[in-house]
Amino acid sequence: MSQPRANLAAALVLGAPLVAVLAALAVGGVFIAAIGESPLEIYALMFHEAFGTGYGLGQTLFKTTPLLFTGLAVSLAFRAGLFNIGVESQMYLGGFAAALVGAYAPLPGVLLLPAALLAAAVAGSAWAAIPGGLKARFGSHEVINTIMLNFIALALVSWVGRGLFEPATVRTRDVAAAAWLPRLDRVLPALAGSPANFSLLIGLLLAVGVGVLLFRTRVGFELRALGLNAPAAQAAGVAIGRTQVLAMALSGALAGLGGVNFVLGYKHYFELEFTGGAGFIGIAVALLGRNHPLGVLLAALFFGGLSHGALVINQRVPRELVNVLQGLVILFAISAQALTARFVRRWS
Amino acid sequence: MEVLLFAAAALRISVPYALAAMGAAVSERGGVICIALEGIMLNSALAYVLGTHWSGNPWLGLACAMLVGVLTAWLHAEVTVRLRADQITSGLGINLLAAGLTRFVLVRVFHSSSNSPRVEGLPEWNLFGLAGLPGLGPLLGSPLVLLTLACVPFVWWLLFRSVFGLRLRSMGENPEAAASLGLRVASYRTQGVLVCGALASLGGAWLASEQHSFNDGMTGGRGYIALAAMIVGKWNPIGAAAACLLFGTADALQIRLQGSAFPSELLQALPYLVTMLVLAGFIGRAVAPRAVGVPYDPEQR
Repeated sequence: MSQPRANLAAALVLGAPLVAVLAALAVGGVFIAAIGESPLEIYALMFHEAFGTGYGLGQTLFKTTPLLFTGLAVSLAFRAGLFNIGVESQMYLGGFAAALVGAYAPLPGVLLLPAALLAAAVAGSAWAAIPGGLKARFGSHEVINTIMLNFIALALVSWVGRGLFEPATVRTRDVAAAAWLPRLDRVLPALAGSPANFSLLIGLLLAVGVGVLLFRTRVGFELRALGLNAPAAQAAGVAIGRTQVLAMALSGALAGLGGVNFVLGYKHYFELEFTGGAGFIGIAVALLGRNHPLGVLLAALFFGGLSHGALVINQRVPRELVNVLQGLVILFAISAQALTARFVRRWS
Repeated sequence: MEVLLFAAAALRISVPYALAAMGAAVSERGGVICIALEGIMLNSALAYVLGTHWSGNPWLGLACAMLVGVLTAWLHAEVTVRLRADQITSGLGINLLAAGLTRFVLVRVFHSSSNSPRVEGLPEWNLFGLAGLPGLGPLLGSPLVLLTLACVPFVWWLLFRSVFGLRLRSMGENPEAAASLGLRVASYRTQGVLVCGALASLGGAWLASEQHSFNDGMTGGRGYIALAAMIVGKWNPIGAAAACLLFGTADALQIRLQGSAFPSELLQALPYLVTMLVLAGFIGRAVAPRAVGVPYDPEQR
């Protein structure tokens, strides 16, 4: 491929997600116009609500946090050629485990927070390792197994919760104050009143960690080799099965830790179905972010901003517009990706 | 009588599963994974309610449901067959889109974020006096139930005995070979997805007709259960329908046991566990069509 063409190809690959976002916003604009509102005005309102004030930004960051975790989780598995659709339930169980430890474990105060965080990571990791192991051992497809495990987790938690939840509620007892993650407005007064908390910092650290793991370590190299070309990776001595289980376990740990944003950082208890689809939006985040930690962060911020911005437009346009946009972004992103891949291949 | 009533309840729950699962079998045999079932059913359920609400005629509602279901499937086909994008992701995108779109329309048209007003269900038929049977009667009077029962052998015939089915299956096993015989892979795959959309849309219409309304998220994961049933049924419409009956029975039993000391949640998880065991090869071997999920690219030989 000649140099100008290679540059153009690179620009196409990087520009595709941006085009997808613009296309989704354009179609969303048609919906807005169809009910007699001005798309530009509505989008401007949303943008201002999401990023224009300290409180709004704090809300956006709060909604960005779980998406950062789930986006990273999906990306990590994607890099190893695995599609982890079970992020939703891994996060769910992670939050549940954190609440169990935080509310019921007889531990001294200093140990409580680390133990709760560890429990979240371990629970998500173990739940994700199941489809990883089934894939490695029996070759059964991780997509179906992770979907099945999403439903099984719901049933499992409801069952365990029967004897555990506070009377006439679907939530656990409050987590002990020692296990709370402090709010960000303690150090950043500009965000005052918003529920953004230190989970975001954990997420940012993990984003750096995932980047280092993927691009600077041997394990990360093996993960990516597996995802790019499994037979070649095997020929080069990568233990396929072990790497698959590892990739899923790491992915699940990230997802599980994402559960603490709500449980340790916001409400301070576990509640049935608290994840509210963050796992599935994580797939959109990973797609849009091109499975790169930096891209994932930006994409999570975009979707976080959308979901907070939606609240302010609700009197004029149903806030469900945001769910429509989420679906559209996914469809446009994969279409743009497929098209650019085709062009790039034709040129090379 | 008790047994008959229980059987009727199980059958009733199985109807939408079976319709969607048979649809998935057609789509996947043609080489296209259809995780979009959930979204197709959801869109169709709303279309049934809108059509019936505006026209006053549930048959027109059913027609709207099928039209919208096929259109939703067509979107999936365009993205996955023509643009050759990832099939699983497209399905998930369509499911998210449908969840948002139906809620958007619900709020906009009916000014409620939870449910539509009451609409008429499909009328009952009394073919061969079936509707008069004890226990099962009311169920067998439903045109959609009769249609579902008729679809099981028909879809099997379509896939395994008709020329269309033979060709469609070759698109799921070895599209290169099919193309070398001059068959148009994209066209067959698209048709498979559209048939899937039509069948799944009947499932969505059934849900709305039974409830006489649209409720937000009313499919409640049924599309995913149908997909699981299709796998347990080994990509065969008869097997898929049988698996749906099994899952429907587990559901009916779970409803029956709710509130008792028996952990009904475990029954709820049963279909999913069974599916995982089947996939892992513990209960027979489930082998997917060889080329399922792989976009066909004529330039890559």
